Amino acid sequence: MAMAALRREGRRFAAPLISPNPVNTFRSSLAPTEEQAFGGIRGISTQAVRNRMKSVKNIQKITKAMKMVAASKLRAIQTRAENSRGLWQPFVALLGDTPSVDVKKNVIVTVSSDKGLCGGINSTSVRVSRGLHKLTSGPEKENKYVVLGEKAKAQLIRDSKKDIELSMTELQKNPLNYTQVSVIADDILKNVEFDALRIVFNKFQSVVSFVPTTATILSPEVVEKEAESGGKLGDLDSYEIEGAESKSEVLQNLAEFQFSCVLFNAVLENACSEQGARMSAMDSSSRNAGDMLDRLTLTYNRTRQASITTELIEIISGASALEG
Amino acid sequence: MLRHVPRLLSRTNAAAMRWSLPFSTDVPAETPVDSKFVEGWRSVIPNIDPPKTPSAFMSPRPPTPSTIPSKLTINFVLPYSSIFSTKEVDMVIVPATTGQMGVLPGHVATIAELKPGVFSVHEGDKVSKYFVSSGFAFIHANSYADIVAVEAVPVDHFDQSLVQKALGEFTQKLSSASTDVEKAEAQIGIDVHSAINAALTG
Repeated sequence: MAMAALRREGRRFAAPLISPNPVNTFRSSLAPTEEQAFGGIRGISTQAVRNRMKSVKNIQKITKAMKMVAASKLRAIQTRAENSRGLWQPFVALLGDTPSVDVKKNVIVTVSSDKGLCGGINSTSVRVSRGLHKLTSGPEKENKYVVLGEKAKAQLIRDSKKDIELSMTELQKNPLNYTQVSVIADDILKNVEFDALRIVFNKFQSVVSFVPTTATILSPEVVEKEAESGGKLGDLDSYEIEGAESKSEVLQNLAEFQFSCVLFNAVLENACSEQGARMSAMDSSSRNAGDMLDRLTLTYNRTRQASITTELIEIISGASALEG
Repeated sequence: MLRHVPRLLSRTNAAAMRWSLPFSTDVPAETPVDSKFVEGWRSVIPNIDPPKTPSAFMSPRPPTPSTIPSKLTINFVLPYSSIFSTKEVDMVIVPATTGQMGVLPGHVATIAELKPGVFSVHEGDKVSKYFVSSGFAFIHANSYADIVAVEAVPVDHFDQSLVQKALGEFTQKLSSASTDVEKAEAQIGIDVHSAINAALTG
C-alpha cells in the first residue's frame, strides 16, 4: 500500500516537469504556478503549493512509519542472526573455506529480499552472483542459479533466464526458523545437481553497512576427491569417521547438514541487512521530504506575501487616486 | 543540487557514527583470504570488489600444540544460540551413533554423527547434561571439539510424565500406521522419547 502511495505521489511530482507548458520548463519545478499567479488568479497559486506541501507531508509520514517498522523488525531479527553465527563456524574449521575450487557444476544460490525500498542490497547480491557466474564459467562447465526472493529473480530473469534452475519466494512470510530453512535446503538438494554450491548473501555488519559474502559448499564426492588429492582439504583424511556404514554416507549427511546450517545463517543475515538498509533508506527519504517541505513552505510564504503586497499597493494607489 | 552535497555528506557521516556505535557487532580481524579466488575475481571482474568469504569473519583456530593441553576447548552450537563458545572443560561425552563417546584433551581427530541422547560436559566436579536430538561432533587434533546440534535442552527441563505419555502415543501410532512415512515418523518418535526416558531414569 505504501509503495502504491509513493508511486502515485511521484507521478504527481513528475507531472509539472513533463507538462508541455514552455514557460515552466526552465523554471524550478517547485514553483511552476508562480507565473500564472501574477497573471491574475492569485488564490490558485497558494492552493497548488499547499496541496504539494500536504502530499510531501504524507510521504514523510509514510517513510517515517516504514522506518519505524524496519527498526522494530531489525531488533527482533538481529539477535537471531547474531545467535546463529556460531552455527557455520565448525564447518569452516573442518572443511575449510574454498571459494577458488574448480568444479564442473557450479550452482549459485542468490539470497535476496521479497520487498523493495531497501537500498542496494538486492542489486549487490545480484552483481556478485553475476560475477561468480562469470568467474566460474568456461568450456564444459555448467553454471546454474537458484534464486531466493522476488527481487533478485526479477533482475536475473532479464539476462539469464535459461540458467535459473529454481526460484523460491515469500521466505519471510513467517519468522525465519531452522525447520523452514532446512526444508528449502532439502528442496534445493533434491532438485539441483551440483559439485559446488555458492551461497551469495549480504552479511549484516551494522545498520548502515553490509558485506556481500559468498560461502562455498562442496558436494560429498568433491570433498572426498579434494581430501585425497591433498589441497585445502588435505587434513580431512586424518579424521576418523564414526557413524554410518561408509565414509561417503557420513560425508553426504555432513554436506547436507552443512548446507542447511550455512543457508540458515545466510538467510538470517540477509534479512537483517535488508531491514537495516531499509531503515537507513527510509531515514534519508524522510529527511529529504523534510527538506522539500522547507523549500515549499518558503515558496508558499513568499507567494502569499507577494499577493498581500500587490493587494496593498492596489488599495493604497486607489486611495491616493481618490484623494488626489 | 550540487550545493547540497557537502551537507548531505556530513549528514551521512554523522548518521553512520551514530548508528555504528551501539549496533556494530563484530569487527572482522585481518584474516587470510583465498588469494587465488581474489586474484581470479580481480582479473575477470575488475570493477566490483570480490565478495568476502566466511573465513574472514571467524578467528582462526590455533595450530596443534606439541604437548597435550590439560583442557578441552568446546563449542556447542544450536541454530538459535551458542550454548558454549570456546569454553575450556575437562571432558565431554557425546552420544555418537556408534555409542557414547568420551572425549578428553588429545583425543584423535574424529567426525561423529550424533543420535538422540545425552551430551554431558564435565568441568571439575560440575557436570551439565543436555539432551541433543541429532547433529554432528567434530573433534580436532588441537583439542578443540565442535558439537553442532539441531536441538538441545538441559535434561532437568523435561517432565517425565509428559515423556511417558508421548511415548505411549507414538507406540499406538506405530501400531496403527498404514503408510511407510507414518511408520517412519512414529518410529522416530519412539526412538527419541525412549532416549529421553532412558536419560531421565538412567
